[in-house]
Amino acid sequence: MRGTLSDRTGAALLMAPLLLFLVLAYAWPFLGVVKWSFTLPTPGLGQYHALLTDDLVQSVFIRTLRIAAIVTVVSVTAAYAITVVWVRGSPVQRVLAEFCILVPFWISVLTRAFGWVALLSNRGLINTWLQSIGFISEPLTLVRNEFGVIVGMSHFLIPFAVFPLASAMRSLDERVLLAARGLGSSRMRTFWTVFVPMTRSGIIGSALITFVFSLGFFVTPAILGGGRSVMIAELIYLRIFQSPDWGLGAAISVVLVVFVGALMALVFRYVRPKQLV
Amino acid sequence: MPTYRPGPVSLILAVLVALFLLMPLLAVIPVSLTPSRMLAMPTGELSLRHYRSLIEDPRWLDSILLSLRIGIVSSILSTALALTFSLGVWMFQPRFTAALVGFVLLPMVVPPVVSAVTLYFLLTSVSGLTSFFGYDTWLGVAMAHSVMTVPFATVLMLVSLSQLDRRIDLAARGLGATVWERATRVIMPNIKFGIVTAALLSFVLSWEEIGVTLFITSVNAITLPRLMWMGLRDNIDPAIAALSVILIIITVLVLAVRSFITRQRPAKP
Repeated sequence: MRGTLSDRTGAALLMAPLLLFLVLAYAWPFLGVVKWSFTLPTPGLGQYHALLTDDLVQSVFIRTLRIAAIVTVVSVTAAYAITVVWVRGSPVQRVLAEFCILVPFWISVLTRAFGWVALLSNRGLINTWLQSIGFISEPLTLVRNEFGVIVGMSHFLIPFAVFPLASAMRSLDERVLLAARGLGSSRMRTFWTVFVPMTRSGIIGSALITFVFSLGFFVTPAILGGGRSVMIAELIYLRIFQSPDWGLGAAISVVLVVFVGALMALVFRYVRPKQLV
Repeated sequence: MPTYRPGPVSLILAVLVALFLLMPLLAVIPVSLTPSRMLAMPTGELSLRHYRSLIEDPRWLDSILLSLRIGIVSSILSTALALTFSLGVWMFQPRFTAALVGFVLLPMVVPPVVSAVTLYFLLTSVSGLTSFFGYDTWLGVAMAHSVMTVPFATVLMLVSLSQLDRRIDLAARGLGATVWERATRVIMPNIKFGIVTAALLSFVLSWEEIGVTLFITSVNAITLPRLMWMGLRDNIDPAIAALSVILIIITVLVLAVRSFITRQRPAKP
């Protein structure tokens, strides 16, 4: 009896600092944001009504979903291609693949976005080169539009998409693949009918991570979109700092959290979280 | 024994992805050497003026020092909080553990922009109380960064604790060790590697944090990413290219050293 009591006090004492910290610095202010969404500028559901009727907000929501979907497909496909080599390649191929995945992963989002500006802008590497070989006379518009945003976001998210795929591919029993090849199945057929279906949980996990990350993405779209293809996160920023409309910014934040929560709950009903990581 | 290796098609596709991943990192090198004042490819002549301006312009040095200070303070705070919490979870296995851990991981799962609005709300609310803690102060930024990095530190701690043999703790307990002795003399020495990794990761995440920092700073607490952001939005300053090259070189070196160390002693995770 004495043991359980001191256990409980000990656990409480050790766990309390972090829990208290997050309640005060995260949970409580989040409720404050929720309150803003119902009270600014006037109490009521006005901001949520505006969300449903405002053309600008609607078009930003639709653009965000579209970009997130495209980025998810691009990132998961590209991640799949490089993960196959990272997990199944020869030792040298593995080291090279790991280098190409981990170096961008550890480099800050700003540096990476800047790298794309240096490549894609009017006076950037690609346009300078294409003009110098006389392939084009006017620079191509590759940045400050949706194309630039999709390229930059995919580049940022590929390493994140790699990890769930890699763990799915690692846990796959190699003998099944060898059996398929031994029974006369071609490389292509083995890949599409054995390898890919067996990594399904990795594909779902990787798609979920990529999609959820893209929905709340701020830095890359703001730099590579150049204010022309605004996504939800940038809209929240603009509503709070440029046209002070804190209520609407707060309401969009609340909707974003609810949407992401619902999406994750939906996916977790079909795939258990443990299979994802 | 035969092994299943990727075929030529897989290899070609992987090479294309690898080029895509490395391309923007390589592109900053020529830009950093341009003699021009604006973003441009160098034509003929190369110059190191943008590297020099990193040293000569006090704004860069100030923000580097500020980012270091914020990174160290927030890393200590989030490592300490994550460590005590994880010790509590591991030693006592309280009820509702899953729910509590889920709560702690929220800042990692919630879209960063929503966390940013939340922390903006917090810091503007407390700004009136004191002048050194709140919106646009370095302590406020350090605290906000801790909120964002503590879930990552907690995950690392819980993972390294899960690999620890419970019997050594049972033995210490059976021999009459107190909770404090068990924690500091039995458990912590065995998860040293996890604690150091958590502290380093927290520091790196704070060092390059921009999404939240943009919302909670304006003119005083200009961290390095914040300064880069200002140079990227309007007229693109090629000094950013020089800085990027330096950061990329540091990253590559650290990764190389790390992979060298892990190869030396493959037993440790």
